[in-house]
Amino acid sequence: MNGNENGDMDGEGNDTAVEANETAANGSATGEGPGGTRPGAGQANAGDAAARMEPTGMDATGMNPAGMNAAGMEQSAVKPAELACPQCGVVVYPGEAFCENCGRQLIAGRPGNGAPRPSGRTRCVGCGEAAVDGEGYCEHCGMKQPADRDHLEVELATPGGPVAGVSDRGKRYARNEDAFAIAPHNTGVAAVVCDGVGSSPRPETASRAAADTAATEIATAMGAGAAPGDAVRMAVRKAATAVAGLAESPEAAPSCTFVAAVTGPDGVTVGWVGDSRAYWLSETDTSPAADLADTGELNSSAVTADLRGDPNATSPDAETLPLGPSRRLTDDDSWAAFMVASGALTEAEAEAHPNAHVITAWLGADAGEVRPHVRSFVPDRPGTLLVCSDGLWNYFPGAGDLAAVLRNAQADPAADPTGAARILVRHALDAGGRDNITVAVLPMAATPSTEQAR
Amino acid sequence: MSDQPQFTVKIDQNKYLPEGGREVHAIVSVESAGGAVASGASAGAQAAEVIIIDTSGSMTYPDTKLRSAIAAAQTAVDTLRDGVMFAVVSGSNSARMVFPQQAMLVPANDRNRTAAKAELKRLTAQGGTAIGSWLRLADQLFDPYQDGVRHAILLTDGKNQHESPEELDAVLFRCAGRFVCDCRGVGTDWEVAELRKVANALLGTVDIVADPADLVADFRAMTEAAMGKAVADVALRVWTPQTARLKFVKQVMPNVADLSAMRAEAAPQAGDYPLGAWGAESRDYQICVEVPPGEVGKELRAAWVKLVVPGAPGQEAQVLATGNVLAQWTDDEALSTKINARVAHYTGQSELADVIQEGLAARRDGDLDTATARLGRAVKLADEAGNEAVTAALRKVVDVLDPVTGTVRLKANVEKADEMSLDTTSTKTVRTRKDETVRTRRSEV
Repeated sequence: MNGNENGDMDGEGNDTAVEANETAANGSATGEGPGGTRPGAGQANAGDAAARMEPTGMDATGMNPAGMNAAGMEQSAVKPAELACPQCGVVVYPGEAFCENCGRQLIAGRPGNGAPRPSGRTRCVGCGEAAVDGEGYCEHCGMKQPADRDHLEVELATPGGPVAGVSDRGKRYARNEDAFAIAPHNTGVAAVVCDGVGSSPRPETASRAAADTAATEIATAMGAGAAPGDAVRMAVRKAATAVAGLAESPEAAPSCTFVAAVTGPDGVTVGWVGDSRAYWLSETDTSPAADLADTGELNSSAVTADLRGDPNATSPDAETLPLGPSRRLTDDDSWAAFMVASGALTEAEAEAHPNAHVITAWLGADAGEVRPHVRSFVPDRPGTLLVCSDGLWNYFPGAGDLAAVLRNAQADPAADPTGAARILVRHALDAGGRDNITVAVLPMAATPSTEQAR
Repeated sequence: MSDQPQFTVKIDQNKYLPEGGREVHAIVSVESAGGAVASGASAGAQAAEVIIIDTSGSMTYPDTKLRSAIAAAQTAVDTLRDGVMFAVVSGSNSARMVFPQQAMLVPANDRNRTAAKAELKRLTAQGGTAIGSWLRLADQLFDPYQDGVRHAILLTDGKNQHESPEELDAVLFRCAGRFVCDCRGVGTDWEVAELRKVANALLGTVDIVADPADLVADFRAMTEAAMGKAVADVALRVWTPQTARLKFVKQVMPNVADLSAMRAEAAPQAGDYPLGAWGAESRDYQICVEVPPGEVGKELRAAWVKLVVPGAPGQEAQVLATGNVLAQWTDDEALSTKINARVAHYTGQSELADVIQEGLAARRDGDLDTATARLGRAVKLADEAGNEAVTAALRKVVDVLDPVTGTVRLKANVEKADEMSLDTTSTKTVRTRKDETVRTRRSEV
């Protein structure tokens, strides 16, 4: 959940710079949206619980290259089919949510449509008794079991190795309003993380719709041969439309943040709206000194221009940047980022400010035209692409901080991305878990082009 | 019983506990509506009624007591609908059948009603008071009818002098759950506490009928209420977590009655609390569970409340309705300090009953300071709750100087009947003043 206000900038850079959007966000003008006072309901031991509660049917074993299976005949009917259902082997289109043949879920990360868990004798995450009833309470110790979305883990095998996502409700909110979706495409994988804006109505529906729509769209577009940057832009547009469609009125508009990362042979492309982030964690960062590389990333001119609504400011993302040491790949659309970029506050001052988490762009019917930032990178070394909500980065804002968490826990994201994601979530919970926490971990070997260059 | 009334269970509580919080309070509102509540001859449930009239010697001092009791019992007999199995019993040192002559129940019809009324007319009064023996005969009469609604009316005018309290307790233990008994004291020579014990054990009401002339109306009302019952032997089944402790289960509406001691183990971690027979009516219960403190954010089902008709041994109970009492720990004080209005209201009225009874006892013992303090507190609580019946009864015992602070002065001369009325009224509760505006708190999804 993103517990922030939607706010407009008045551009003056003082403490009252953020005003409730009169037409769109007046419900949040008190600064206490419905989410603001919601109690924690998290699972302190959610990490342990997850091992037992792992949703079945989502541990996709992989998308096999097609053409070597019974579906070969259909190959001539479709465009060069690259993907096959991991369950039945039938050729599937990139971006399809479910296998048309066997019904297998192909895009990972959606916990079903809110239906309660099957009531069978699941083991209680509190006392371990096999006594969980249909309402989700343990008949032994009474503990409410985590809902589907309260703690979700997904691991997906891809030709490039396993990728994973973990999402957790955290310890303070009754509901997980984050959503993520991971979809393999022809040449890599796409991960989308969205964080429902707590001051908007039904934010969990916004994040769900955005993540699902965007993951599907990216995979479909990549399958159709689109460039990653175009695929992301198209996905944001479709996701924005989907989220806007949830609003009963502009005054009651479910909204969410958005960040997508797409891997492929040409490198990494990220696109975002709001304050959900992507990081690059280099595998060869062994020195804490690498933290130093994590500063000064704010593209202040671009940020400033964005906030002023300069239509020309968001387009120049065609550049492809080299990716070496660990670093953040995104620049938040937030008050704090704006203040830092405009030089009014230091990063530490901005983060400590009550307005720090007010976002300046989002998806929703009240968001106006959504223009995502899109950037492409070419890693020159192996590493891990991390896509996350602020529930994680609130506690570990620097790429070096995140890398240190994994390094200290001796995590090996390439071998066990779920384990790495769990460690990060666990640390955010231990640090307070004040918000929903979502992390997608996409390990990357060095890209072929880079290797050739060597 | 195909036309069984529809039961609903509603839970009112604030589920949020502060860090380290252990005590969970909730009001369980049980309501039955619709169904074949008997208004005519075609009742849903078979019903059995035993009318017990005190015929100890004191009933003739003054003679109006016995005459009124007879008239009242005759009215009760007239109020029985056709087919209801009934008997009339008279009680003194022992119990005696008035009608029929044999120790059995007979169906209500014109002939039996006429015969019963004729027998009642011939009653005379002599001997002592042994309430336990009267109840024992009633229990014997009800024995073949355990599947139906079983109701007794007991009228007495004196203390239970001719058997030991232990004998009475043993009979009450034996009869608990076997039939419901409404108790009435006529005159002022009986003991409220004693009759209240009988009524509470047998899930009935207790009241004073100070003026014998009022007996007829009272008996008619009691019998009509009994005829309106459609389901016998409903129980509240309360499950609690392994690590929790159920501190109490109390009825709080229409009157305060602690059910905690009546628990019958029903299932693992669950006990049944008998609620007696039900017509179309609503009653409220308060439960308090002590749970081990949990982490902030954790949610617990502190109690799982089921309204059941317990089955015969070895049979599953029929579940009529259920509700969850929850506990969720939060570090948000705005949530954890919020007091549920209905919990507060009924907690206040339970205390009201306690302080009145303590105040009256202190007054009898000559401890006037305690009496003044307790009854003063009662005036304040009754005023806050809007319990006008109790306020009126209190004002006959104390002079109220300031109802808001509870400043009172004990009256010098108090009629015995007024004191006893206050005592019997003390447990009668009222619903929250703006009950309809109290929102049901739903568990968060």
